[in-house]
Amino acid sequence: MIFGFPLLSLVIWLPIAAGLAVLATGGDRNANLARIIALIGSILGLLVAIPLYTGFNALLPGMQFTEMQPWVERFHVNYHLGVDGISLWLVLLNCFTTPLVVIAGWKVIEKKVAQYMAAFLIMSGIVNGVFMALDALLFYVFWEAMLIPMFIIIGVWGGPNRVYAAIKFFLYTLLGSLLMLVALIYLYNLSGSFNILDYYKLPLTLNAQIFIFIAFFVAFAVKVPMWPVHTWLPDAHVEAPTGGSVVLAAIMLKVGAYGFLRFSLPIAPDASHALSGFMITLSLVAVVYIGLVALVQSDMKKLIAYSSISHMGFVTLGIFIFNSFGMEGALIQMISHGLVSGAMFLCVGVLYDRMHSRQISDYGGVANKMPMFAAFFMLFSMANSGLPGTSGFAGEFMVILGAMKASFWLAFAAATTLVFGAAYTLWMFKRVVFGAVSNAHVAELLDITPREFLFLALLAVGVLGMGIYPLPLSELMHASVSDLLMHVAKTKL
Amino acid sequence: MPELTPALPEIFLLCALSLILILDLLVDDPKRFITFMLTQAALAVCAIVTISTASSTVVHTFSNMYVSDMMTSVLKVGVYLSVMTLLIYSRRYIQSRGLCKGEFYTLSLFAVLGMMVMISANSFLTLYLGLELMSLGLYAMVALQRDSSVATEAAMKYFVLGALASGLLLYGMSMLYGATGSLDIGKVFIAIKSGQANQNVLVFGLVFVVAGLGFKLGVVPFHMWIPDVYHGAPTAVTLFIGSAPKLAAFAFVFRILAGGLQPLVHDWSQMLAILAVLSMAIGNITAIAQANLKRMLAYSTISHMGFLLLGILSGTVNGYSSAMFYVLVYALMTLGGFGMIMLLSREGFEADKLEDFRGLNTRSPWSAFIMLLLMFSMAGIPPTVGFYAKFSVLQAALNTGHMGLVIAAVMFSLIGAFYYLRIVKLMYFDAPVDDAPISGTSDARVLLGVNGLAMLILGILPQSLMALCELSIQSSVAGF
Repeated sequence: MIFGFPLLSLVIWLPIAAGLAVLATGGDRNANLARIIALIGSILGLLVAIPLYTGFNALLPGMQFTEMQPWVERFHVNYHLGVDGISLWLVLLNCFTTPLVVIAGWKVIEKKVAQYMAAFLIMSGIVNGVFMALDALLFYVFWEAMLIPMFIIIGVWGGPNRVYAAIKFFLYTLLGSLLMLVALIYLYNLSGSFNILDYYKLPLTLNAQIFIFIAFFVAFAVKVPMWPVHTWLPDAHVEAPTGGSVVLAAIMLKVGAYGFLRFSLPIAPDASHALSGFMITLSLVAVVYIGLVALVQSDMKKLIAYSSISHMGFVTLGIFIFNSFGMEGALIQMISHGLVSGAMFLCVGVLYDRMHSRQISDYGGVANKMPMFAAFFMLFSMANSGLPGTSGFAGEFMVILGAMKASFWLAFAAATTLVFGAAYTLWMFKRVVFGAVSNAHVAELLDITPREFLFLALLAVGVLGMGIYPLPLSELMHASVSDLLMHVAKTKL
Repeated sequence: MPELTPALPEIFLLCALSLILILDLLVDDPKRFITFMLTQAALAVCAIVTISTASSTVVHTFSNMYVSDMMTSVLKVGVYLSVMTLLIYSRRYIQSRGLCKGEFYTLSLFAVLGMMVMISANSFLTLYLGLELMSLGLYAMVALQRDSSVATEAAMKYFVLGALASGLLLYGMSMLYGATGSLDIGKVFIAIKSGQANQNVLVFGLVFVVAGLGFKLGVVPFHMWIPDVYHGAPTAVTLFIGSAPKLAAFAFVFRILAGGLQPLVHDWSQMLAILAVLSMAIGNITAIAQANLKRMLAYSTISHMGFLLLGILSGTVNGYSSAMFYVLVYALMTLGGFGMIMLLSREGFEADKLEDFRGLNTRSPWSAFIMLLLMFSMAGIPPTVGFYAKFSVLQAALNTGHMGLVIAAVMFSLIGAFYYLRIVKLMYFDAPVDDAPISGTSDARVLLGVNGLAMLILGILPQSLMALCELSIQSSVAGF
């Protein structure tokens, strides 16, 4: 809290309240009103999150702006919120993405506009709750509640195979969450509390830790997604509307990695060490194998979806090599991937809105007709392949550096992503953008509108800014990361 | 002269019921609204009487055959409220199907009276009396639509299987009586605790009692009647069978197992564990294959009862209060679910197929949203209250070391989530096939809205209801 003012609650509930207000505008007769309220709500949501950044004390490792209210006394559940250097950036990323998604859906979505905008706003608030919750049950409630709007977004505004994708998405995630719930109840029965920070100090036998680790692993690995439980992601991404893909890639995937940092590592440190080889192997499979899978995709959205899995493999790799380079690199990679993959999906969305096709083979020579768009797309593609000077480079470089400390061959395998990433992204870029105009549809393309320019430019500023000057990012997370590493290093046996 | 205060609600209801029975003879069909209002008024007064005579301590009367404590008051008020709600939901439904006779209301009240006796019974004899009074009322209600062959078939099945279950129960009770020499639940407890009773006869009797209870709750393998009866009965009656009697059945199970047979907890908790797993498995898996919403909800009920047993079988105060919370939440969800079917139905159209919900979001976003909340609540997804119901029974079961059961339960609820999601899919993702405007009386629509939003509000603030259940069970257990 700042001066007794519940800032974190505001960051959670303001978007949700705005979402309800949007919903109240009713049918499509008031579509414009719904859009305007949604835009105002999302921008206010971003503005109220700014004091988190300005008021954050980078030297403190613990939770800041904490709020605590008794909630369900029967189970000693508290409404307990707080942010540290790890969650701060994820909250800011989420608040930043929401207005972009609202702007991106402004013209494109024509049916059930109010419900569309409301779903995104409500989800934005819920995701903030996931990142801020310090009570395990509160976390779980936000975690599951997040599924409902996303399910509706994919199912109502998605592509032809949307029903399959939406149900697969929901059930896959639910599978993981339910096991996590069992683990949380188990921890509650042991400790008599749902406070996550209490769990950090709870002594646990190795077997108990391994059980807890596996239960959390299923929940978070599905969300990240790690190979081999990644198969829901390409389906969900391809079928979701552009806004849904952006939120899925930029925010939803981060929730899984965040879960590893907040739960698995500090609660079950010995199990994390015992199973780190397993985790690193899965991460490398994701980086290398999924990178190769991305190479052969003919659908742009699918390609970016696979590239997301590959990049997230980098994040989990960074987390499980247990040094500060790896972990900070993983966090920076998460933020960067949030911006870059969001931008890539928006770029595909821009093309899709004009051509109604995501097939690479339907394009070619787009640069001739859409030069401004091509420039943006170029920048984001470069960032996606990890070019120095863009945000993609900073995180990947740090993770490779961390991996080098652990083992040369690990770093070697991880570094192949720089090759594969460049290969699949730039090859797609070349086939879509360069060359002669390939067909009559491409010849009719018009360059981006001011609305599209706005959201692409905002993202470009973020991507370049982070790439050129990543210091504020790592500065704010440094204390929290060292604190986390200290928890991981300390045995609980 | 025994103390009458604890039984005042029952006495009042019996008088009011007799009065309504006579007054209804003077009312002809177009003025049936009067009977409806009188019934509602009787139930409302009953609620007031129950609340004002409620005591936080346990009071016994009629030579220990009757008990009144906080749990009985809470459950009775739950019964009145759910019956009042369902009468409002079903008013237009029964009118349009020619069921709006005085009998519908008087039989409802008889059934309510039976439930009240069940909830307050403290002796095997009273328990059985209450159970039969309730069941006879319900049998007749299922058969009320006498021209419908499906309804008649359902009534026959319900009656024959119900009678069989009563027989089993009675047989088990007589065994227990033989072993302990008493029908009084408190004395049965003492007799078993002392170790004097013949263990073989006791366990033999216990098996029959559990089988009888299984029939009444509708858990696998005693569930065969549920889908047919739910499907065949008029929706208004299905809703009746599905909601309030479960509250009474919970009290019944609680009194017998947690009260009288508490010393045999190891025996019955193993039996319940098998019933629970089977119910969750068969209920959830079979529900997927249903094309009829009433049948689907019937199987979903079976799986919910499995969850309920999960709370009871842990044999702790924590477990019983979780189960009580579960059953109250369950009644609320069922009311909403069947209420929605009745809201969408009209003359000659039952709206009980899954297909009938197609595109509801386009036809009526508000109804679709309410149904969405109900479905997510049944599936146990937060922030709806169904999550806390599942969470609390899982917590109780895990606390007594039933890890395997809990993991099975969450896996089956994952399977269960699929068919609830399918309803959401039909409502939100598909285009409507039917553009008929949604009719329904305004009171029913408002109440259904409140019912649906209650899922969300109780889901965000579950503390008060949870604490109420815990207090009730604590006070009740203290009286054993």
